[in-house]
Amino acid sequence: MVITMKLVKTEDKLPISYPSEGAAGKTGTWRLERPIVNNEMCTRCFLCEIYCPGNVITVDKEGAHIDYNYCKGCGICVKVCPKNAIKMEPEEE
Amino acid sequence: MGTLELKKEKKVMTGNHAVAYAVKLSKAQIISAYPITPQTSIVEKLSEFIEKGEMNARIIKVESEHSALAAVYGAAIAGARAFTATSSHGLLYMHEWVHWFSRARIPAVMAVVTRTIGPPWNIWPDHSDFMDQRDSGWIMSYAMDNQEVFDLVIQAFKVSEDPSVYLPAMVGLEGFILGGTSMPVEIPEENSVLDFLGERRQPYSVADEIISVGNLTSPEETEQIQMGIQNAMGRAREVIKKVDEEFGRAFGRSYGGLASCYKCGDAKYVVVTMGAWSGDALEAIDVLRDNGIDAGLLRIRYVRPFPIEEVREALSNARLGIVFDRSLSFGGFGQLYSDIASSIIGSGTKKNLVNVISGLGGVNISSDDFVQAIKSIIESYESEGYVHPFLWYHQGEVMKYQHIKA
Repeated sequence: MVITMKLVKTEDKLPISYPSEGAAGKTGTWRLERPIVNNEMCTRCFLCEIYCPGNVITVDKEGAHIDYNYCKGCGICVKVCPKNAIKMEPEEE
Repeated sequence: MGTLELKKEKKVMTGNHAVAYAVKLSKAQIISAYPITPQTSIVEKLSEFIEKGEMNARIIKVESEHSALAAVYGAAIAGARAFTATSSHGLLYMHEWVHWFSRARIPAVMAVVTRTIGPPWNIWPDHSDFMDQRDSGWIMSYAMDNQEVFDLVIQAFKVSEDPSVYLPAMVGLEGFILGGTSMPVEIPEENSVLDFLGERRQPYSVADEIISVGNLTSPEETEQIQMGIQNAMGRAREVIKKVDEEFGRAFGRSYGGLASCYKCGDAKYVVVTMGAWSGDALEAIDVLRDNGIDAGLLRIRYVRPFPIEEVREALSNARLGIVFDRSLSFGGFGQLYSDIASSIIGSGTKKNLVNVISGLGGVNISSDDFVQAIKSIIESYESEGYVHPFLWYHQGEVMKYQHIKA
């Protein structure tokens, strides 16, 4: 005979959390410089998407799109872009 | 189940093997431990069961006790009935995980074969390693004999996995005195234990849901999580009593819940003990009664949750409570004494209470020692009208601790 396991809730507060957008805050607020993509120059090579350590760049047929809510402005995309299609610009504030 | 004719067998075995049999019958699925005297023979026996094909479980080999409890935690949050065992410095090395485990509210069982803490290096039993875990949020029970060891381990799984508790549970037994000494233990038929325990229950599982455990949260939520543990401990008092009664109906042995009393009812002097030496104290009570001294014994079975009501009840008619502690919070008192004093003060009554520290580092205390110490304390109390609150009983002598005023 093998024992089985059943999930039964408790009324007490538990130290668990479920994944949700921005659960640990919007990390885009940490950014000092913002990467700007010129999609006229972009060849859709996907290197920026592959190299982005924050997983915030999506490349589709329109070009590269950056989620500024979570981009921390590290600039790796600028370095890996073979066409120099991405430039860093200072944040306003 | 009560009407069923149960197949039982009695085997002569050590306390450590009694733990192993109980874990086997509870169908633990994951075991992880690191060898340390005097615990090792528990896990050796479990390996033997698994190797012979008598037990369907896996042992996770680890490099330390810290990792052993971490492995058990991983198994338990994924839904497995999991077990570990340790002693002394091994338990201290686990200490970080001991706290993490209970705050995560995950059921599991650990046997602590108690042994004192060094230096000096040693292998002898007292309660100092066990009592060091007192503030961790684990259910903590302590056995008097090998049958109770077996029974408490099974009950620990049941209490720990109860949805109104959901806290890990440790079962204490003294190394060598119980752990290495053979006594008859009644082992029930395999499936009756599984019927008694039922399926494992837990509040969440990382194998069933995408969740993050122990992530950063606000101070307010952190406080609420700790309040929840204290509430679970409160509910555990009722669960422990209920499980003790159910166990009695299923297997014929009940112990009275969080504490058990021997001749407390009319006792003028209530002696309090915990663990194996309670057997010697029981004999001493009979000797004292034969000598015309109305003594009784309150045996603490659960340190957490502490038997507050039972202590108040047992001491309600007594003139003097004599609390023997086999461990000590240096600079304060024995841990049982502190909890007993707090329990009584909470009820609004005053009571004379004395703490006797003895049996540290494995010093053997016989029933004759109990008779001698208790007689001497009662005589001085009755002749002088008070008793020094902190006494040592060392090598046949009751000695006052000179740094507290009576």
